Amino acid sequence: MKVAIIDYGSGNLHSAHKAFERAASESGLGGEIVVTSDPDFVRTADRIVLPGVGAFADCRRGLNAVPGMVTAMTEAVQDKGRPFLGICVGMQLLADRGLEHETTAGLGWIGGDVVEIKPKDASLKIPHMGWNTLAQKREHPLLANIQTGPDGLHAYFVHSFHVNPSDPKDVVATTSYGGAITALVAKGTVAGTQFHPEKSQKLGLALIANFLRWRP
Amino acid sequence: MLKVRVIPCLDVKDGRVVKGVQFLDLRDAGDPVESAMAYDAAGADELCFLDITASHENRGTLMDVVSRTAEACFMPLTVGGGVRTVDDIRNLLLAGADKVSIMTAAVHDRDFVRRAAEKFGTQCIVVAVDAKKVSGEGEPLRWEIFTHGGRKPTGLDAVAYAQEVAALGAGEILLTSMDRDGTKIGYDIPLTRAIADAVSIPVIASGGVGTLDHMVEGIRDGHASAVLAASIFHFGEHTIREAKEKLRANGLPVRID
Repeated sequence: MKVAIIDYGSGNLHSAHKAFERAASESGLGGEIVVTSDPDFVRTADRIVLPGVGAFADCRRGLNAVPGMVTAMTEAVQDKGRPFLGICVGMQLLADRGLEHETTAGLGWIGGDVVEIKPKDASLKIPHMGWNTLAQKREHPLLANIQTGPDGLHAYFVHSFHVNPSDPKDVVATTSYGGAITALVAKGTVAGTQFHPEKSQKLGLALIANFLRWRP
Repeated sequence: MLKVRVIPCLDVKDGRVVKGVQFLDLRDAGDPVESAMAYDAAGADELCFLDITASHENRGTLMDVVSRTAEACFMPLTVGGGVRTVDDIRNLLLAGADKVSIMTAAVHDRDFVRRAAEKFGTQCIVVAVDAKKVSGEGEPLRWEIFTHGGRKPTGLDAVAYAQEVAALGAGEILLTSMDRDGTKIGYDIPLTRAIADAVSIPVIASGGVGTLDHMVEGIRDGHASAVLAASIFHFGEHTIREAKEKLRANGLPVRID
């Protein structure tokens, strides 16, 4: 199995790389995990991961700046149905539009906008930063054998914006921070986590292993 | 529900832990990576490295430490100490840090905070605020920013400074009371509350922890989002688990996975 972690100059891919390697080896799945900016590798990969930190528009520009990458991703995911995981801003990029600072087009693979978190309780700090639990909205292979709910495992979040999907069915899990925050979305072979699985210890490594096993 | 964070902090000099972690059964108590792995296993919510390496030539050892830690620990890592340029930040992030803490450089050039946040995102820019009480007996409380380990006054009001760096794009404030640092008599609660209530970003309380009750006070009374401590953990007085159980017993939400 070939796993492509897309490098487009957004943040730290070192820990994502190591977390995928660890999850692959611990779960006995093996495979070749490669951090790459080569569209040809992405086109032929069995699994594709799009990380991302920072602002939506910057990430979109960074992704566009890698010649052929968006086309290669689209071909692999939309035409060949290869499983895809977006992480943090990589997940937000799946939406139609990002509204951070300026309005920027996303990939449009999951309908909806990326909007600012506005907690009802004004004393809540932004960014939403730290460990929070997940409320599962529907069954999904990525959450197989992961305990969710108020007494479940925790995921590490750090963000000020989140995806507001146009179809509620695309939401697999939310988290609670002055209201429901979209935590995990999925549609067909495409999935995305607002939290950082590569920083979420137990829950994170289990979710990555589930992604590597996922056969949508 | 978002949980209160417990963050152990390791002082690193020339790639080695200063006053090493003494309770854990480590092969090499001076190796920051071994300590980091032990805290990861113990359930720390984040880890902080403070680099106190004097010379810039030895900076490479820190990068190696950060890189090896990121390979072994799947939790957030903040690195601070000697961060002066956008390139310093980039190098630390590329080595595997999730957040970078800026101190003196932000005091001297506030625009550095804005540039850093624009370049790398608010989520990874922590501004360290080292404050000392300057108001006299009977006067309204006032704290000032000090640099050089609390030796050099800057004339900057700590609350106004915290608000300013938050507005410039800091994602978090690491607040250390220079009066309390190393005293073990507890955080400066009025300072912590004054800053936490004045900014909309999370505040990490630091400086002065001697008991687990101090951590409860930092969150409950100081309104901090996270508590940072060093010696109380390194010398085995308390475990991360004990700290979290104490917080939980006082009605504060914690993560015990």
